[in-house]
Amino acid sequence: MGEVIVITSGKGGVGKTTTTANIGAALALSGKKVVLVDADIGLRNLDVVMGLENRIVYDLVDVVEKVCRLKQALIKDKRFEGLYLLPAAQTKDKTAVSPQQMQELCEQLKEEFDYVLIDCPAGIEQGFKNAIAGADSAIVVTVPEVSAVRDADRIIGLLAANDLMDPKLIINRIRIDMVRRGDMMNIDDTIDILGVDLLGVVPDDEKVVISTNKGEPAVLDEDSLAGQAYRNIARRLMGENVPIMDLDMDEGFLAKLKRWFSMGKKRSY
Amino acid sequence: MIDLFKFFGKGESKSKDIAKERLKLVLIHDRANISPKFLDMIKDDIIKVISSYMEIEEADLDIRLSRIPQDDDTYSTALVANIPIKRVKNIGPNRG
Repeated sequence: MGEVIVITSGKGGVGKTTTTANIGAALALSGKKVVLVDADIGLRNLDVVMGLENRIVYDLVDVVEKVCRLKQALIKDKRFEGLYLLPAAQTKDKTAVSPQQMQELCEQLKEEFDYVLIDCPAGIEQGFKNAIAGADSAIVVTVPEVSAVRDADRIIGLLAANDLMDPKLIINRIRIDMVRRGDMMNIDDTIDILGVDLLGVVPDDEKVVISTNKGEPAVLDEDSLAGQAYRNIARRLMGENVPIMDLDMDEGFLAKLKRWFSMGKKRSY
Repeated sequence: MIDLFKFFGKGESKSKDIAKERLKLVLIHDRANISPKFLDMIKDDIIKVISSYMEIEEADLDIRLSRIPQDDDTYSTALVANIPIKRVKNIGPNRG
């Protein structure tokens, strides 16, 4: 019996879909059987982020309405053994499915897969309620900005009200240079405010934009720091004890020198 | 001459600390589900009660939720009211 994990944030644009795609791909690389469910009906995106947009025939709503069988709607990702996508419908809206139907769907998927990752839509309305209905646990994604952290706090409260206690936090797009200057909340600040356990920290990495452009999850890129962070997160989900990446360590002597140099230069203006 | 304090990052408040403080306050309201309107209702009632006993500076009355640091490094939430008094009313039986 697998585990259903909902990936949520409250605020839009913090990286839920990218996180879902990358954790899923990383879990599959570790030999797990994984299905990614796009619960963002009407605004589907997990398919393009995964690069599977041209292979959609049926979608989640078709399954729920029994237009097709579940197996027919699942898209197999040929790059990753054991990775599947259940796309959202694009021409319907959030009311096309009910929490009850989502719960049944999750029960079904759990029989087949080790991990069922649900990409939750932004907001706290019907789409959110649907996405969390069948979940066993939750991952909250945030970025170190006031608006995102505030919404994350609200989401954590709403998850608790729906019996999803102790969600795990991912701090996305952290910028080490800004943290060093004291211009961005660091890991401790964010955890202190939200009071939840940390699952991982993903550094801001332009390689994520590039890999998304190509429709390839960043975990495939060995050189991507964000890809590494997502691989670590997947290992933690599987119960491994992986220390949080020491992001300061990645700055070599040369980079440090360069930073000091540019700092001095900037100050002379 | 370079401002040494500024150079070492001291003496200026970091924007992340401002962010953190603002967030902490806003989350007290969010979590307690207390709206500014709700606080205004409390404020009006407090004015009503206190006005029977003293004249107060209504315009400067400040009532808000605050985080009060505890000995064990945690915080508790308190309703803090700052009520400037103009004059205590001379109500016979209460004196002496």
